[in-house]
Amino acid sequence: MPADETRLRITDQDGVTRVEFLDRNILDEASIQRIGEEIGEIIDASSEPKLLISFSNVDHMSSAALGTLITIHHKIRNRSGQLRLADIDPQIKEVFSITKLDRIFTIHEDTASALKSFG
Amino acid sequence: MEHDPEPTSVADSIRITNDRQRIETLWNALESAMRERGYPKASTFAVRLALEEAMTNAFRHGLRDMPPGTPITVEYRIEPRCVCLAVEDPGPGFDPQDVPDPTTDENLVRPGGRGLLLIRAYMTRADFRNQGRRLEMVYEKPTEPPHRVD
Repeated sequence: MPADETRLRITDQDGVTRVEFLDRNILDEASIQRIGEEIGEIIDASSEPKLLISFSNVDHMSSAALGTLITIHHKIRNRSGQLRLADIDPQIKEVFSITKLDRIFTIHEDTASALKSFG
Repeated sequence: MEHDPEPTSVADSIRITNDRQRIETLWNALESAMRERGYPKASTFAVRLALEEAMTNAFRHGLRDMPPGTPITVEYRIEPRCVCLAVEDPGPGFDPQDVPDPTTDENLVRPGGRGLLLIRAYMTRADFRNQGRRLEMVYEKPTEPPHRVD
């Protein structure tokens, strides 16, 4: 896989940028770093970014990926934006619960309810 | 009716570098061995998560001051009732007591430091040896609900 090839599918829906992962496993540190950079560029390109990250294809993710999500959360807050997470497999949702990160992220069951929640 | 004998344990010890393809090959061997011994999906999820976090810690922290390409050692033994893993690096070691609780309000917004919490949450036992260079983990297969007899 070329180093600069995106591992994300990015679509725009009613002013909300929806990010999906092409890989089932978000474990490789170099890939996680690239994902963080790519989403960071999306955030930097908007004054009040509205970002929906869908985990519909994801089976496994590491704590390094959680760290990247926290960095994304900070960046969006700094730009007065909104972040929603959706379509999270129950096993991965448990990881959010164990780490108590479900207290800082707004998590929706599915994309439709997440899209409706943006102000 | 004759039953097939329960598969016995399988074990190996390998030296591995921080190479995603080799890590995937290792995981595929472990996952097949677990499936053959009847471990459910929740178990393979738990063991993969713990192994990935332990290897990441070894590569990122244990080998921080070592030349690139330095290997770590991964040992595994998959038995019908439990999975034993050990991940060891040749680095300077550390005191696990020094790792702060990542779930406090103060630490919750920090990007790192959750690997050990997850390992301890998903493994039945996780013990550091050799001044923190070696992490030994045991995962016990969940007991099946008793069969109903009508």
